[in-house]
Amino acid sequence: MEAAWDIAFVLFQVWLSIVVGLIMLPAMFGMSLGFTDIYIKVLVKTLEWATLRIQRGQNEQPTLPSQSANGIIEKDDGSMEEKIRQLRRSHPDNLAGGDFTLCDAFYFCKKGIENIVEDQVTQRFTSEELASWNLLTRTNNNFRYISVRLTIIWGLGVFIRYCILLPLRITLAVIGLSWLVIGTTLVGLLPSSNVKNWLSDLVHITCYRICARALSATIRYHNKENRPKKGGICVANHTSPIDIVILANDGCYAMVGQVHGGLMGVIQRSMVRSCPHVWFERAEMKDRHAVAKRLKEHIADKTKLPILIFPEGTCINNTSVMMFKKGSFEIGGTIYPVAIKYDPQFGDAFWNSAKYNMVSYILRMMTSWAIVCNVWYLAPMTRQDGEDAVHFANRVKSAIAQQGGLVDLSWDGGLKRERVKESFKEEQQKMYSSMIVGLDCHEASVGPE
Amino acid sequence: MGSRASSLLREEDIEEIKKETGFSHSQITRLYSRFHSLDKGENGALSREDFQRIPELAINPLGDRIINAFFPEGTNKKYTAREDQVNFRGFMRTLAHFRPVEDNEKNKDLTSGEPLNSRTNKLHFAFQLYDLDRDDKISRDELLQVLRMMVGVNISDEQLGSIADRTIQEADTNGDMCISFSEFTKVLEKVDVEQKMSIRFLH
Repeated sequence: MEAAWDIAFVLFQVWLSIVVGLIMLPAMFGMSLGFTDIYIKVLVKTLEWATLRIQRGQNEQPTLPSQSANGIIEKDDGSMEEKIRQLRRSHPDNLAGGDFTLCDAFYFCKKGIENIVEDQVTQRFTSEELASWNLLTRTNNNFRYISVRLTIIWGLGVFIRYCILLPLRITLAVIGLSWLVIGTTLVGLLPSSNVKNWLSDLVHITCYRICARALSATIRYHNKENRPKKGGICVANHTSPIDIVILANDGCYAMVGQVHGGLMGVIQRSMVRSCPHVWFERAEMKDRHAVAKRLKEHIADKTKLPILIFPEGTCINNTSVMMFKKGSFEIGGTIYPVAIKYDPQFGDAFWNSAKYNMVSYILRMMTSWAIVCNVWYLAPMTRQDGEDAVHFANRVKSAIAQQGGLVDLSWDGGLKRERVKESFKEEQQKMYSSMIVGLDCHEASVGPE
Repeated sequence: MGSRASSLLREEDIEEIKKETGFSHSQITRLYSRFHSLDKGENGALSREDFQRIPELAINPLGDRIINAFFPEGTNKKYTAREDQVNFRGFMRTLAHFRPVEDNEKNKDLTSGEPLNSRTNKLHFAFQLYDLDRDDKISRDELLQVLRMMVGVNISDEQLGSIADRTIQEADTNGDMCISFSEFTKVLEKVDVEQKMSIRFLH
C-alpha cells in the first residue's frame, strides 16, 4: 500500500513540475514554447479532413454545408412604405380622404410569418450554427452518421479532450486563480508606489496568461497602437465571461461589476487590494447617478487603469452586436472601442446563461478544442459637441460591428429575458397611419411653418 | 450520431407533412429546429406566449391576428392537443399557405383537392385576419377593430369610421353591408397575391 501511495505522489510531482516548467513559467515571462500553435495547426488539418469526409458522404447535396448556415428563408427587405405602395399599385383607385386598402394587411401578414420562421433577435441568444461539424458532440445538430473513420477520430477526440486536456486545464486554472489571490494580497501589503503598481500589473497579467493557457486560447491582437490608456474607458462586445481573460492578456484594466459572494467575492476582494477596481453593491447599481459618479472619479485620476465595460449588459452569441446602454457613454472621457470575434470552429465561447450555469459553462469551455479569437483595438472616440449619449453609443457600436464582421442590431440584449416595449409597436402604427391619412397631413401643413 | 432535435420527429411524420404541405424533407427538418427553439416549455407544442416572445412579431400591429391564425377554432386533434396549443403539424399546415406557387406543382394526393398555397387559400388566410368571429363575413365592426389595431391611437374614430364605410361600400356587391369572401376576392383580383403572400424558403 505504501508503495502505491509513493508512486502516486511521485507521479503527481512529475505532473506538477511539467505543468510549472513548460506552461506556467513561460506564461509569466510572456513567452510561448509553441505547443499551442502546433496543437492548433494539427487541429485545423484534422477538421479540414473531417469536413471533406462529411461532404463526400453527402454526395447528393455537395453544396449543403455552406448553405445551411444561411438561414431558412430569403427575405426581401424594403420599408413599410415601399412595400405597401407596391401592393396598392394594382388596386383600383380610392377616393380622396383616406388611403386604406384591404391588401395592406398582406404586408403585415407576410412580415409576421417571416419573423415566425426566422427573426433577427431570438437567434442571438443561442449558439451559432456551424457550417460544418467540428467533431464535438454538442454541435452535432444536422450531421448524421457518416463513416467509421470519422467516428474513430471523434472517439479519439473525446478521449483527448476529457482525459488529457481537461485535467491539465483544471490544474492550470486552479494555479492561475490561487496565484491571483495570493499575489494580489501580497502586493497589497506594500505601500503605494510605482513599484507596487508595476508588481500589481505583473501579477494580474501572469494570472490571466495562465488562465488563457488553461483554455488553450490563441488570441491575435490587431492595431496594438490603439490600446486603451489610463483614464479612458474600454468598451467591447460581450460574448462570455472569458472576454475579460482575453482582453486582460494584453493590458491591465480596472474591472467594473457587482460584488459577489463565495469564490468570486474572495477574488474580487483580493484584486482590489493591489490596484483599484470598481465593485458595486447590488443596491448601488440601481442608482445610476451614484454609478456614474464613481466611474467619473475613477477616470479623472490619471494614475488609475482604464475601466473595462461591456455596454450590451448581457452575453450575445458573437454573431451580432446589440444595443449599447447609454450609461457608459454619458460619463465623458475617451472611449477605446474593442471588437472581439471568436472562431466558432474550435469551441463555442458563448455563455447561454439560461441554459448553463457558470460551472457547466466552464466545463464546456475546458472540454472544447480551443478558444481562438481576434481582438481589434479601434481608434479612440469621444463624444462630439451636440451629440447625445444614445447617438454616440450607436456610433461606437457600428464601428465595433463593422470591424468584427458582426451584424449591427439596435435591439436590446435585455430581450433575452424581458418583453419588448409597447412603444415600438406604437411606432409601427404611427408609420402606417401616416400612410393612410398622408394626403390630409400634406394639405394641412401647406402654409407658413 | 443523429441530430438531437430532429430525432424527435419520425420519418413517417415527415412523410405525412410532406404530402400535406408540399415542403421538402430538408425544409421540414429545418423548420422543426425552429419550432423546437420556439418551444420553451419543451412539450412539443407552441402556445401564444411562445409566439409573443419573438420581438419583431410582438411589435407587428397585426401580430395577435397572425398568431391567432395558428390556433384554429375547435380542437382538431391532428393539429392541437388543447385549444391554446399548436403542435408541429399544425404549425407546418399554417406555414404551408406561404409556400410560393410553382407551375409544375404536383399535389395530387391532397384530399382537400386544392393545395394549401393556392391563390384562393392565400386570400382566405388574409380574409381570416379581418374576420374576427370566423363567420365568413367581415362586418363593419370587425373591419373597424382591425383598422384600430393597425393605426393605434393616431387616427380619430370618425375618420376611421369613414374609411371603414368607404371600404365596405367599394367591396360590397350584394348590399348586406358586409364583405363576404367572394366579394373580398373580387376586390383584390388584380393584386399579385401569389407573390405578396409567399415566402421564399431556401433548399
